[in-house]
Amino acid sequence: MATKAKAKPLDPNATYKQLVDKHRPARPMFKNTVRAFIVGGCICVIGQLVQMFFIRVAGFSQTDAANPTVAVMILLSVILTAFGVYDKFAQWAGAGSAVPVTGFANTMAAAAMEHRSEGWVTGVGGNMFKLAGPVIVYGVVSAFFVALVRYIIFHV
Amino acid sequence: MPRVGKQTWVFSSEPRIVATGTVAGLVESEGPFGADFDVRCRDEACKTTWEKMEQDQFTQAVQVVLQKGSVTANDIDLVLGGDLNAQLTGFYFSHRDFAIPALGLFSACATFTEALAVAGLAIDSGVAHRVLAGTSSHFSTAERHFRFPTEYGAQKPPTAQRTVTGAGVALVGETGGNVAITHATIGEIKDYGITSPWEMGAAMAPAAESTIVAHLSDTGRTLRDYDCVATGDLGRIGHAILKDLFEQRGLPMDTDLTDCGMMIFRPDQTEVFSGGSGAACSSLVTLAHFVKKLEQGEWRRVLVAATGALLSAVTAQQKETIPAICHAIVLERKDG
Repeated sequence: MATKAKAKPLDPNATYKQLVDKHRPARPMFKNTVRAFIVGGCICVIGQLVQMFFIRVAGFSQTDAANPTVAVMILLSVILTAFGVYDKFAQWAGAGSAVPVTGFANTMAAAAMEHRSEGWVTGVGGNMFKLAGPVIVYGVVSAFFVALVRYIIFHV
Repeated sequence: MPRVGKQTWVFSSEPRIVATGTVAGLVESEGPFGADFDVRCRDEACKTTWEKMEQDQFTQAVQVVLQKGSVTANDIDLVLGGDLNAQLTGFYFSHRDFAIPALGLFSACATFTEALAVAGLAIDSGVAHRVLAGTSSHFSTAERHFRFPTEYGAQKPPTAQRTVTGAGVALVGETGGNVAITHATIGEIKDYGITSPWEMGAAMAPAAESTIVAHLSDTGRTLRDYDCVATGDLGRIGHAILKDLFEQRGLPMDTDLTDCGMMIFRPDQTEVFSGGSGAACSSLVTLAHFVKKLEQGEWRRVLVAATGALLSAVTAQQKETIPAICHAIVLERKDG
């Protein structure tokens, strides 16, 4: 890394920002995107298999199978988080592990575990939504505005 | 003459580093200096909280240094140190069972050299005969304090650094041993406008440059006068920036300029990114490696310039720029 940077001649009048930019390794965008695509896709395939299990084996309708499927995926994510595996996997997978429901479950489980030492109420209860909270707040807010737009279009 | 130039203190009594105590975590023990640490923690989860774990490591390091120096807590006149937890709980909680006058210090990851500078001052002025100076840090307490829950799956950029788990404590005395603290250069606060807490190396490199240049100008020395000049925890990326800053200045780089954060982990260890950081980074490398090299006579003189990023979790959220500080100390081998 350092030797590669050294090869470029140093501009004696470079500003500090230019120096920092020169040494900041580029994020491997292509690799990250491909990994996110594959991992995110694999998680969804696993979810699909679980859903098919509920439909074929347990006799759920397609709509009814959604809730137990999400519950199983959340459980898997929480178990992997509890065993300290999910964060290592996420460092490799990037957005692929963050976007699906498993990523959401990880934010809650990780925060709950981290703050367990501060007690059940103020620790776990108070901090469980520390990372997941923004998703809920802005999810609800944006859902409201989308619904408002829909109402205006169809009823006004 | 107690001071040369504007920033450099000279310790005419040449206080000695009598003994060292180092306790290192699992990843640190698997690093290049694994065999040099006094205590290597195998199981990180043996306490109920990460904070207790860090305090325990600090206490252990104190016990080791007392034992190696053949002294008891009663023989110590002053204990100096700090850590990265709010209100310095790592330092104060771990010392509550020792009856020693205590002063907590904070310069983030530059706390160790700050403590050695104050230790040198205390001994030089005669207010203390024996002083303990040490720092601790812990990967998980720092993650929780400054970043995310440890098990949260967020991808870290390559400029990130891994907080060192461990504690390093030095017993500084008037006599004993052959490694002396001869100078300390107290740094000025430098802020070059870096806002990302993932770029600590870039935030701290200007502080390191400023203090090292001030040290050389105050003492009339060059980098060549040192067998090794080590910054605290710039990491590989911050180190490369520092080298460019020196080059821009036209400073000849004719010594072994290195960085404790680069040395403590091998680059191929998992999730160490740009290198190590944390208050224990410079204390562990200085005490387990540099002091040993000086004791063995392989080196004569070392400049340790520990660097600290002075941000808090709140200022980082508020997108404030990150001020940094660097304090340097000179360790020199004295024969006889």
